[in-house]
Amino acid sequence: MTSSATTPADHPLRARRTRVLRARKVARSLPLLPSIVLIAIFLLGPIISSFYGSFTNSALTGAAAQNPSFVGFDNYVNLFKSPGFPGAVILTIVFIFGSAVIGQNVVGMLLAALMRSGGSVVSAIVGTAVVAAWVLPEIVSAFAAYAFFSEQGTLNNLLSLVGIDGPNWLFTFPMLSVILANIWRGTAFSMLVYSAALQDVPPEITEAAEMDGASGAKRFFLITVPMIRGSISTNLMLTTLQTLSVFTLIFVMTAGGPGTASTTLPLLAYQEAFKFSQLGYGTAIATILLLVGAVFSFIYIRALKPEVD
Amino acid sequence: MSLSSPSGRGLRLTSNVVLLLIALTFIAPLVWLVLASFNSRASLSAELPGTPTLRNFTEVLTPALSFVPLWNSFLISAGSALITVVVAILAAYPLSRFKTRFNKPFLYGVLFATGLPITAMMVPVYSLFVRVGLVDSLLGTIFFMAASSLPIAIWMTKNFVDGVPASLEEAAWMDGASSMRTLRSVVVPLMRPGIAVVFIYVFIHSWGNFFIPFVLLLSPANQPAAVSIYTFFGENGAIAYGQLAAYSLVYSIPVLVLYVIISRGVGGPSALAGAVKG
Repeated sequence: MTSSATTPADHPLRARRTRVLRARKVARSLPLLPSIVLIAIFLLGPIISSFYGSFTNSALTGAAAQNPSFVGFDNYVNLFKSPGFPGAVILTIVFIFGSAVIGQNVVGMLLAALMRSGGSVVSAIVGTAVVAAWVLPEIVSAFAAYAFFSEQGTLNNLLSLVGIDGPNWLFTFPMLSVILANIWRGTAFSMLVYSAALQDVPPEITEAAEMDGASGAKRFFLITVPMIRGSISTNLMLTTLQTLSVFTLIFVMTAGGPGTASTTLPLLAYQEAFKFSQLGYGTAIATILLLVGAVFSFIYIRALKPEVD
Repeated sequence: MSLSSPSGRGLRLTSNVVLLLIALTFIAPLVWLVLASFNSRASLSAELPGTPTLRNFTEVLTPALSFVPLWNSFLISAGSALITVVVAILAAYPLSRFKTRFNKPFLYGVLFATGLPITAMMVPVYSLFVRVGLVDSLLGTIFFMAASSLPIAIWMTKNFVDGVPASLEEAAWMDGASSMRTLRSVVVPLMRPGIAVVFIYVFIHSWGNFFIPFVLLLSPANQPAAVSIYTFFGENGAIAYGQLAAYSLVYSIPVLVLYVIISRGVGGPSALAGAVKG
């Protein structure tokens, strides 16, 4: 725009040109409108109403269903006072750490690393097996996991082969069962991320370390892991976000039970809102979950920042 | 990790053994699903059926039990995938081609939304749908599913549009074509494989989603297979595990086929085209 510097600001031609440019800019952004409308109505709308609803006593039935009134922080105060909520928070953290941060990440990394040193046929078999659990519809893998861990299930059949009389896993160790099931279901994602990341590590670097006499484990932890730490943090963030919203797997396997022994926050929100008709209470839990998700999501895009332009 | 060194060969053997063990562990829960579906007296144990039978499949494949729910699954998945793809292309094109002040915040917003737990949103979405009378509406569910997969779809589609060289469009611009026309006749044909990837991605997600239709759709006539399988499990699960497994397999096949298509597609546009042609 060097020519505009010499033109007077009130020049009619320039004014017309800015008008045309502005009109073109608006016209060019017009195709964004459908996506903005969809997101505003179906995503932003519920989020805003979630924040608002968590401050009311709205319910699915009864007087409060017609005219919900403003109750301030009552839902949140009740939430923190009720015995169910702190327990659900702890179980959610245990679930995320056990199945995502540790389970899926470690198994996914192990698989990705082994597939590089293993044969290609074996790697293809493992890849297919791991991805199959991930691609199946969630309700189907939930049934499969339910059958696997049930008292007469495959796990106990296998254990009886070596003379162990297995317990009813879903009742005796509900959290362990759902954590193992979620590792089984979700590891494929980490495996794919880490396989791609390991492919980008130049082999010369690890070879040079091998020349210098570094052992396999040393090479892996001192050279490979630091080189792919970007992928590791991205993957940790994404698996945490995915695991935070796991509902179906736990719902089918244990329904949050026995008692509340495997009731994570999504299950608690569902039960309070739909089973006990405490919509405001359920909405408060949903709002907290959304806030936690928002914080993680925010950290995640901060880490990804350079890729947006 | 060269093959010639003895330590390399040992490493390879150990890796293969560990990999096969992990593969067996991952396959184990699926064995029951397959064996039970061919067993007319299936229990929760994975056992070889005495005489393999297709009876479970024939008993499950009836209009009320599976055809209507599978058709609903198709309507919901195809509908939401179609809406998502069209809206995402419309949004991705200006985001990729024209630099405005609006782009950056919009893309950050989109990226941020991909991380939000949709599960947590279902309680407020339900109360919103009650208020506007959209509960038990297939169309409402389709639009919500489309909106919930839109952020990731816009993100993916923008990357595909970025991959189309702008020089090809400039010729169309020179000839006086509008940007929408250029999009339709130049960009979209060039990124057809990318569009297929986004469509299949959204389709697989909607097809497999249980919680959204479980909360939003109430009458059996509207419910997709994911929900009807769950209802079947609640009503007959304890007695008819074989049928449950058969139904689960039938319901899973479309997703498995689509996944094979999409994963072949990663190899390149021609690979995807080849896979689609069979």
